[in-house]
Amino acid sequence: MQTLSNRRGLGFWLQLGFTLLVCALLTVPMVMSMLAGLTANYFVGLKSGLTLRWVEEVLRVYSGTILLSLQIAFACLACTLVLGVPTAYALARRPGRIARLVEELLMMPVAIPGLATALALIVTYGGVGDLRSSWLFILIGHVLFTLPFMVRAVLAVMGSIDLTTLEEGAASLGAGFLRRFATVVLPNCRSGILAGSLMVLTLSVGEFNLTWLLHTPLTKTLPVGLADSYASLRIEIGSAYTLVFFLMIVPSLILLQGLSKRGRPSV
Amino acid sequence: MPDSFHLDAVPIRLERCGKTFAGSARALEPLDLTIRGGETIVFLGPSGCGKTTTLRIIAGLESPDPGGRVLFGEEDVTALPIERRNVGMVFQSYALFPNMTVAENVAYGLKVRKLPRPERARRVEEMLDLMHLGEFAGRRIDQLSGGQRQRVALARALVVRPRVLLLDEPLTALDAKLRDSLRLEIDRLLRGLGITAVYVTHDQGEAMALGDRIVVMAKGRVAQIGTPREIYYQPADGFVADFIGTMNRLGGTVRGGMLNIGTASLPWSGADGAVELLVRPEDLALASEDDGHLGGSVAAAVFLGDRTRLVVEPTDGPALTVDTLGRSELGRGDRVWLRVDPARVLAVP
Repeated sequence: MQTLSNRRGLGFWLQLGFTLLVCALLTVPMVMSMLAGLTANYFVGLKSGLTLRWVEEVLRVYSGTILLSLQIAFACLACTLVLGVPTAYALARRPGRIARLVEELLMMPVAIPGLATALALIVTYGGVGDLRSSWLFILIGHVLFTLPFMVRAVLAVMGSIDLTTLEEGAASLGAGFLRRFATVVLPNCRSGILAGSLMVLTLSVGEFNLTWLLHTPLTKTLPVGLADSYASLRIEIGSAYTLVFFLMIVPSLILLQGLSKRGRPSV
Repeated sequence: MPDSFHLDAVPIRLERCGKTFAGSARALEPLDLTIRGGETIVFLGPSGCGKTTTLRIIAGLESPDPGGRVLFGEEDVTALPIERRNVGMVFQSYALFPNMTVAENVAYGLKVRKLPRPERARRVEEMLDLMHLGEFAGRRIDQLSGGQRQRVALARALVVRPRVLLLDEPLTALDAKLRDSLRLEIDRLLRGLGITAVYVTHDQGEAMALGDRIVVMAKGRVAQIGTPREIYYQPADGFVADFIGTMNRLGGTVRGGMLNIGTASLPWSGADGAVELLVRPEDLALASEDDGHLGGSVAAAVFLGDRTRLVVEPTDGPALTVDTLGRSELGRGDRVWLRVDPARVLAVP
């Protein structure tokens, strides 16, 4: 190791430089935005001093949107787990033309612009009871949009293990279907389920296209509120809002990453 | 082996069990077979011969075509799925659960059967000791070698005291040396347990060593059923003869109660006409020119330690494989004479 690290050539430094450059490209705007949310007066710059005033303002005005976003995200996660894991299982156990077709159909809401999907939802279900004014309407849109990500993530893991034989092994020991599913299928797909959950949560919290059409003034989610504040309020408030968004999403991402690492076999 | 490990010897009967998979040729022609209680029967054949399909029908992983029946003792189990047949199964890929430790894998079937915890722990421990796995109880499956995994698979299948033990090419994934030692271990285990066992393999050595009887299969049909000796010395046809061990083919003619091969005429009972003779390499003996039947020259000599295998090219006809003593000094190009013992020759009309 010693000799290797002593002989770092030009290639190493070029690669390091490039990597750092890409990282900077991605993180600098975020840091700038977060800083803007903490600056007393953005047009004056940092020398106007740092303040939590804007963050407080955001929490006062928009805390409802934050809670609603979390509520929808976790409800969406629950729905995609209940729908997506069995769907992936069915697709994995019965591969064939129909399975591929179903997979393609599931991807449709991702391929079609969110606005179009939302419009279709409104045209079709907008008149059903109180659905149009309920947060459940947004939930439906989010489930449509995120379900394929859950299915894909779980399916990828199911394809990499010999699920059929594992299940036959469990069956030969007397386990019926439900027991096999709970004790063999689910635990061995854990990494895929966690990866899918991660995707679903982040996608749902950040979803704007669909939500923008589906929301009502009483069912505003965080990204919709963000757009509002950018459009109509001081840039500091919009930036503080972004900061709140980060504070909310980053810990849950780290938590889920940690969980999925623990689920992986220690090789 | 403790008495508690002795298992019931349940006979298995297959009646008209055929299998046709959708959109393909028939995988298994209707098969009638009785496997005696406590017997180890080996299904042997090349891939695609129907041996695994037969095993899966016995296991309950496939159902036979309509009209077929599977009986365990007096009980008709045809309609029961595998989880209700109380069989033990060992898979080629082991099918061990990666999310569980060795002990948890072995305990799985007992848990399903709702055994109380202390009883469960006792039986798992007993079984792990029997399979020399005691020290690995807490290991994860990915921390075990191939041979250890195979032993865990056996332990897991046997701990539930199944009516029948089914083994699907259990040694194929292992290297040769390990295969030999595990084969001995499995043999000892099956004899000791007294369980009815069905073993599927494409390896004739395994079949000969383990089987009380061997069912040789080809293209979805049974080619021959018999003890290893019967299969080896009295193959039913050319396919079985070629598949098991090495077999020489010799052309000869029968005329008036005498068989003419090479330069010799031997007493022979059989109708007149051309015959094809099958001879094992160890049944062809080297002889002097005076009492030899066939002359030829050595095309190759392979020293195998305990014996030397010669390939002899006779004056006419296809090359013959001859086993001779390991200390033989014969080499390529040497002229030899071979003797044929008519009692050890099989004629295929």
